[in-house]
Amino acid sequence: MAVQTRFGSLGSYEKGSIELNDDLKHYAFSNMFEVASKSKPFERVAVAKNIEYVAEVTKVDGASPWYVAPHDEFAIVMDGEIEFNFVKLDPSAAPAGGQGAKQLAGAPNGQKMGKVRGRRGHQVLLPAGAAYQFVSKSPSVAVIQTLLGPVTVERWSDICTL
Amino acid sequence: MTEEAKNVDIVVGPANHLGYSSFQLGGFEFSRDEYFVHIKWPKGKHVMEIDRFLRAMVRDIGWGFFYGWIFFDDVFGTHNHYGTVDIFAGAYDEGCKAAGIDYLETFTSDSVSKGFETISKNWINEGYDPLNAPMETGSPMGEKTRESDKPLLRNFIAAKRMLGLKGDVAVRSDETGHPINRAFADVPVDNPDIEVEPGFEGQLHAINLFDHIARSDVTWNPSISSATRNSLCCVTSEEHMLPVIHGNDRNEWFFQLSDEIHWKVQDKNTGRPRGIIVMKAGDVCAMPADIRHQGFSPKRSMLMVMENASPDLPELYASGKLAPYPIEF
Repeated sequence: MAVQTRFGSLGSYEKGSIELNDDLKHYAFSNMFEVASKSKPFERVAVAKNIEYVAEVTKVDGASPWYVAPHDEFAIVMDGEIEFNFVKLDPSAAPAGGQGAKQLAGAPNGQKMGKVRGRRGHQVLLPAGAAYQFVSKSPSVAVIQTLLGPVTVERWSDICTL
Repeated sequence: MTEEAKNVDIVVGPANHLGYSSFQLGGFEFSRDEYFVHIKWPKGKHVMEIDRFLRAMVRDIGWGFFYGWIFFDDVFGTHNHYGTVDIFAGAYDEGCKAAGIDYLETFTSDSVSKGFETISKNWINEGYDPLNAPMETGSPMGEKTRESDKPLLRNFIAAKRMLGLKGDVAVRSDETGHPINRAFADVPVDNPDIEVEPGFEGQLHAINLFDHIARSDVTWNPSISSATRNSLCCVTSEEHMLPVIHGNDRNEWFFQLSDEIHWKVQDKNTGRPRGIIVMKAGDVCAMPADIRHQGFSPKRSMLMVMENASPDLPELYASGKLAPYPIEF
């Protein structure tokens, strides 16, 4: 029998179910592809939150703004292909503290570090203090392990099964 | 923790007619026959299928007793206090408590770890690996043959920053002795393309995480793939049933990366059923700190778990300073 591993995608996903004798808000049940399909490009929508820690889902479609965080972040490509461009920020422009990703006003000044092209299942390091940008030729989805920050969007009532 | 932790050695009894030794750890006695483990304590006794017991035990030791409660079944299990461990029987089961046969004893973690490892070594025969999926290993049933010389435990493998970085935990590959599992034969094994400008060598990094998971030779055995501050992402391949019921001492989050898992959810303190969650590829769900959960994966699947490893969380949840669920909305 041929093996068939089932992944989801923007074009094809099936959300599971939650049937509990409990308050469903406590479980915040959502689906990454459903969240991405209802998001504007590059919105970073929280789908998980552990106090100050979050996982954000983003739909990448075109070239994103540039971001930087004072700590490492990690992106997993869940659908499509995403190019990650990196620039080493001048020390004066790098975040000194705080948490979470913030959006830069424009393209950063600094040396180009390089780029990574990731496809489904690829995990990419977004190093602390490096400016980064997502680029995709067609709508793609990534989930980002990070901390709650200025660009994190929380709309739990909209994304969760209640 | 309800009493001073005991630092004791497990007592090994004589072998029975099947060749298996019996054991005593504090007030608990363990013996096995061809099919079952028999557990006795001063106020009661319990019987459990041997496969389930061994699958739970080797994971419990390998995980360092994990976060919170590990229920081997609804009656027997351990509760981690990070340095000491409760072994309990019926302490979180309404029926046992009503009957007055619940029991709990606190040991140093080292005592329990050594004790459980001693039992596992004596009771696991060659050809059976409790960390493998049932279709991929032999049977634990029957009389004693020859003790397995395979490593019984696979510790909780923890990347410090990210898998595959220089000096960090290696990504699984053919070279590391991890072929693609039969159930993930169709998973792409391509690697991300990395182009680094001169002067920035080693600063950009990416891996095929799904390929890494597809090469796991064990099931229900998470390993940390990336860490930012105290936020840990742990990945694992799941097939058949989680051989423990996990009651966490903090909130955790599950990300279903492929296929599906059915989660049975119960009240953590009483075992009363709360219902079922079916997670399919792309689904995300919190597992609150006041439940116990057990997963059933019809086909080998990929799961990522996001944990907050802040050491002060168990006390904050236990004291009620933090709600047992992650979000107010």
